[in-house]
Amino acid sequence: MTGEPAPGGHEVGAARRRKEDARLVTGRTQWTDNIQLPGMLHVAFLRSPMAHARVTRVDVSAALRRPGIVAAFSGADLAAEQGSLPCAWPVNDGMVIPEHPPMAVDMVRYVGEAVACVVSTDRYKAIDALEAIEVDYDPLPAVLDMTEALKEDGPKVHEAGNQAYVWKFAEGDIDAAFREAPVVIERTYVQQRLIPTAMEPRSVVAQTDGESFTLHSATQIPHILRIMLAQVTGIPEHKLRVIAPDVGGGFGSKLQVTAEEVLLLLLTRRLGKPVKWTESRSEGNLTVHHGRDQLQRLSLAADAEGHVKGLRVDLLADMGAYLMLVTPGIPILGAFMYNGIYKMDAYDFTCTGVFTTKMPTDAYRGAGRPEATFAIERLMDELAHELSLDPIEVRRRNWIAHEEFPYTTIANLTYDSGNYEAATDRALSLFGYDKLRAEQSDRRDRGDPVQLGIGVSTFTEMCGLAPSRVLGSLSYGAGGWEHASVRMLPTGKVEVVTGSSPHGQGHETAWSQIVADALGVPFDDISVVHGDTAVSHKGMDTYGSRSLVVGGIAVLQACDKVQEKARHIAAHLLEASPDDIEFTGGSFTVRGTGAGKTIQEIALATFAAHDLPDGVEASLDSDATYDPDNFSFPHGTHLCAIEVDTETGATRIRSYVAVDDVGKVVNPLIVEGQVHGGLAQGIAQALFEEAVYDPEGNLLTTTMADYLVPSAADLPDFVTDRTETAATSNRLGVKGVGEAGTIASTPAVVNAVVDALRPYGVHDVRMPCTPERVWRAIQETTS
Amino acid sequence: MTRITVTVDGVTYEEEVEPRLLLVHLLRERLGKTGTPIGCDTSNCGACTVMLDGTSVKSCSVLAVQADEGDVLTVEGLAGGGGWHPMQRAFHEEHALQCGYCTPGMIMAAIDLLKDDPDPSDEAIRHGLEGNLCRCTGYCNIVRAVRRGAAEMSGHQEVTAS
Repeated sequence: MTGEPAPGGHEVGAARRRKEDARLVTGRTQWTDNIQLPGMLHVAFLRSPMAHARVTRVDVSAALRRPGIVAAFSGADLAAEQGSLPCAWPVNDGMVIPEHPPMAVDMVRYVGEAVACVVSTDRYKAIDALEAIEVDYDPLPAVLDMTEALKEDGPKVHEAGNQAYVWKFAEGDIDAAFREAPVVIERTYVQQRLIPTAMEPRSVVAQTDGESFTLHSATQIPHILRIMLAQVTGIPEHKLRVIAPDVGGGFGSKLQVTAEEVLLLLLTRRLGKPVKWTESRSEGNLTVHHGRDQLQRLSLAADAEGHVKGLRVDLLADMGAYLMLVTPGIPILGAFMYNGIYKMDAYDFTCTGVFTTKMPTDAYRGAGRPEATFAIERLMDELAHELSLDPIEVRRRNWIAHEEFPYTTIANLTYDSGNYEAATDRALSLFGYDKLRAEQSDRRDRGDPVQLGIGVSTFTEMCGLAPSRVLGSLSYGAGGWEHASVRMLPTGKVEVVTGSSPHGQGHETAWSQIVADALGVPFDDISVVHGDTAVSHKGMDTYGSRSLVVGGIAVLQACDKVQEKARHIAAHLLEASPDDIEFTGGSFTVRGTGAGKTIQEIALATFAAHDLPDGVEASLDSDATYDPDNFSFPHGTHLCAIEVDTETGATRIRSYVAVDDVGKVVNPLIVEGQVHGGLAQGIAQALFEEAVYDPEGNLLTTTMADYLVPSAADLPDFVTDRTETAATSNRLGVKGVGEAGTIASTPAVVNAVVDALRPYGVHDVRMPCTPERVWRAIQETTS
Repeated sequence: MTRITVTVDGVTYEEEVEPRLLLVHLLRERLGKTGTPIGCDTSNCGACTVMLDGTSVKSCSVLAVQADEGDVLTVEGLAGGGGWHPMQRAFHEEHALQCGYCTPGMIMAAIDLLKDDPDPSDEAIRHGLEGNLCRCTGYCNIVRAVRRGAAEMSGHQEVTAS
């Protein structure tokens, strides 16, 4: 059931079916909401219906008289102990970090902010009792538009003003690049606000024995969460255990320290009972951090042959009402990617973080890099159009040639490896580019109401977060290493403990493949343990496509240490020098003789410890912590053909080809799955999804009926393929893949929509490119 | 409180329930049938799909009292003495799940789809699963899995018939 090993007997590279699946397809998964504990109480939150208001009174007394209600608290009740939710990424010294109480005390700054809670013996009764809580609000003006928010005398979200920070980066002589340029393209693009929408809603269970605390949470970051919660609540770190059981997707939305996690710890501390809270989807759409929401003002200078000379980026990034865990850093991650795969002489980037009375933004799949990639890939298509060049040709004239790697970009990153030519050639061939261009031309000539558009995206991204030193230079609040332990059990089985915390990626399978090759033990003899700080005591968790390129290498290094310890014991048992011992296929043999011992035999001998060399510990177990020297730079070429009905504005993706280069591949099945899912989310931003607030700051897209997560019927089949340019920055040659599809696909689709409408004089369609927006874009240019 | 009798995965339960109790909460919180998860509160996502008297329903949109005298099959009751249901095997083989949260509902909806159309086209599969949302897979492998499951199930039925 677990698939065939690769030719040559190597596990790495094999399309192993996943170990995780058995519990998932049979319904034996351990989601946080499944947890039932004796005496467990249910928590429900009353949330602000106002975007911006003074809270003048909260009275929970009537709620306390409702049946089944054990306790009820306002923000004032918890004010002395609730602390402030952390922001771990102060991007520069001057940044404004407002106090962020987990439960509002005297001000609310977005619809959905918690103002009170009830604790009940029953989930339904808890929700019933919320209506008995009385709250008086003194309304203040909503602050929704970033440009308006930055004006001097407008309403302020925080006393210090609406500007959180200004962050700049510049390289090269930008004025010279523009002064001498015959072609300047200026555009403004809107990265709409998105709701990450992991299928599993957030859920938290907290319990205490009076001294120690255990928190189960549907989180991507049990390790970071433990440290942060200890700091916020004052519970000492060694008295707090955090467990991420099976977690149903994250996409960045569960890379957070949430108000509810803090509050449930406070409630269990006060009440001495286990407490549980699981959000409804509507509650989640309001209060799970949102993604994107940036206004991009862009200028690109080029010569008459289409060579890019300079790029100016002036960004407004909507922080929402508060700075959450890495809110301010998200657009800064994009700062290093606006140049994409292209060479240029000068680059100038400014980002202004702006407070509004909306749900805070934070990491969402790609986190800063989709926005940057969208901008440059849209601009390259605009440049091609301006110069009547094919969009592929204009890219060829600008991209880094494969023989130029390693290449230090204008944004001061050193791309270790890549082959943009190979990926593009492969994509063009799979796509049938010339034939589709011919069809497009034919449709244009005959004035077909259904026009064909072809969109190109030749992307790269920085992922695999990350070198700790680089993160430090960006004022990030932690390192970027990862930890692993490998335990050899007496019976020859292996336990791998990883600090990376999966929520759908397939770590249990991929790590088993890596260890099977490294130690020569069967794939099925390996189990992978994760997500519990009492078991996996060190880790930096899962985000930024970092698991394999950081955590996977840590696993490999731990295997090295196991092997080295075993070699010494094998040498002793075989009465040979360790230098004469060879290790292949799970066996230690004395060079030039037939004498040997399997690693399982060494594991048993080590456990028995009857005959170990002097001074050698009776353990093969090993730990490793790996910190990479560089980011990972996957790349690829994506091509999208889209049919646009110019009479209705309806779009239909005819074909989508993605050729990704993620270096060496541990499991092609998992890689393809990551690309597929990434494409779906990137296409969703291009065509379907947008979080919409009304002029009073009410979120209108609170349900899945209003916020259009695409279904199977909305998406095409994808053609995916790979080129394989090994990373030189790690020993497996691997690159990150988790976000690549999302980063690449949004511009490919929008480029295709705009390409279809070129004959109508359309230069842009704002995302999501709904039928209405497409139709209006045509009307505006043709009327 | 209303007394109901409901059979779930072959076991009959008698329960006193509030009239407003949702079937999915009966399953998850009273009967320990946590294999069926909840993904939304507007019956859009389909994660909670189960069979009620042989037809797929979203158990967040059915009251427990409506299941009185009913026969409920959840993902936990699919595997039999011969191992996993062909659709469970197909989802595994085709890598049709990542986080797996939508998977129980997706598998139940897929099985229901095949009752009406045992050999569906890719387009029929995509439209048939429109009420079940997945955020991880992009659906390609789910479509492949349903096709594989359909082939296995029809093969299985032929064997049984002969």
